[in-house]
Amino acid sequence: MNEAIRFDGVTAGYRRGSPVIHNIDLTVPKSDFLAVIGPNGGGKTTLLKVILGLITPWEGSAVVLGGSPEKTRCEIGYVPQLIPEKSFPITVKDVVLMGRLKDSGLFSRFTLRDRNIAEMNLERLDVGDLADLDMNSLSGGQKQRVLIARALAGNPKLLLLDEPVASVDHDTQKSFFNLLAELNSTMTILLVTHDVGAVSAHVKNIACINRTIISHGETLSSESVEKAYGCPFELISHGGIPHRVLGKGSKT
Amino acid sequence: MIDALGYTFMQNALIVSVLGSIACGIIGTLVTVNRMSAFAGSIAHASFGGLGLAYLAGFDPLLGATGVAVASAAGIAVISSRKRERTDTAMATMWATGMAAGLVFIKLSGTYSADLMSWLFGSLLAVSASDITFAIILDIVILLVITGLYKEFLSVSFDQEFSMLQGVPTSLIRGLFLILTALTAVLLMKITGLIMVIAMLSIPAAIALMFTGSLWKMMLLASILAALFNLAGLSLAWMLDLPPGAVIILIAAFAYVVSLIIERIRSETA
Repeated sequence: MNEAIRFDGVTAGYRRGSPVIHNIDLTVPKSDFLAVIGPNGGGKTTLLKVILGLITPWEGSAVVLGGSPEKTRCEIGYVPQLIPEKSFPITVKDVVLMGRLKDSGLFSRFTLRDRNIAEMNLERLDVGDLADLDMNSLSGGQKQRVLIARALAGNPKLLLLDEPVASVDHDTQKSFFNLLAELNSTMTILLVTHDVGAVSAHVKNIACINRTIISHGETLSSESVEKAYGCPFELISHGGIPHRVLGKGSKT
Repeated sequence: MIDALGYTFMQNALIVSVLGSIACGIIGTLVTVNRMSAFAGSIAHASFGGLGLAYLAGFDPLLGATGVAVASAAGIAVISSRKRERTDTAMATMWATGMAAGLVFIKLSGTYSADLMSWLFGSLLAVSASDITFAIILDIVILLVITGLYKEFLSVSFDQEFSMLQGVPTSLIRGLFLILTALTAVLLMKITGLIMVIAMLSIPAAIALMFTGSLWKMMLLASILAALFNLAGLSLAWMLDLPPGAVIILIAAFAYVVSLIIERIRSETA
């Protein structure tokens, strides 16, 4: 079993009759680092929800880490999109400990081991000194690292990231992708973004999605992705979709 | 004021004020961080229907209010579980329907009692022994549930989707939260009246949020603030011969404005 994710003809959505993603075939090998790009409303979040087992495909089959998504999602580390204006009274340490909930029962406290794992992952992401701070006082890049530490605290085999660079500046993006490349040596990574300009040289494969998979694979090597920073629209084939829809900052 | 402590009704008022503050601070904190104050207002007003029914059918109004509060909380949960955008409409409908039904029942029952006014605007000086028992039981239940499931309440409030992926029974946690909110609203009706319950669940927690960085500290500070507002309001109302529920709310609102100014000054000097 060398596949992290295998989608065969997956169609899914929220309202019967209007699927958001249609007939998706997608195979992600283990230890891949895949960027899924596509316009807003193109089905990226829906794709993630199927992988996480939050919605069930209407047609086709989704196999994640060798099993059904509902059963294997405990082995997935999920990093949701940052909502910058969200204010909540919680310390950084408590956010990361959420990643240990699945191994901790109701009416029990986190163990010393849980706390050590949380601390270790904060340090791994260079935010160990922020552990006792209020989450609201952190910058976008620091919050992003905390959410990754939370995902890693569950010791995942697959890391999913939703729009991970949407609220961080360019320099932070660079160190962020270096970090992901390092993590990629021990786990499969899949990230989704609408921002082609944010896809880094560290990404191994790119899939382009707009309701269905438009292009995917090794046709884009690491070198060509690097070049894609300069002229991304010529390098990536998007079928009949207007290329502007993938431009930086585009909103639907 | 000191001589007033000799009266049983004043002792009862003080006891309920303090007991109510515990529920108010803990549940008010959860209501505030989950942005559910409209929900709390809705079930408080809906319970007026239960009060009317109790007067008409001749059973204990506390039972009527509690039953309808819990039922309307469940109703809102069911209506909004399918479609999130329906929540707002469900709450507004529940709010108005409860008040309307209450008025009709009361007209039919033929009683226009001062009792009714006390449910609307609070009856802190007329709390009974059964109100105190209700407050004690509710505080114990809330403390047990929140300390036992603290990490679950924290994570579901902060990030429900992630909690669900971690295997946390999010529906159970939300259900407990809604029921405890309904019961707390009924208890606070005794203090400030159902019209002003929404303020007691929001103001102490909102002030606490400005000065604390974690959920349990916020719960603790909100409880202390609620107790201070209740006791200060009760004393002032006694001395000036004013309705205690209204004075409590005015003191809380004044403290909120002062806190906003302090926070403003702090953020400008920081």
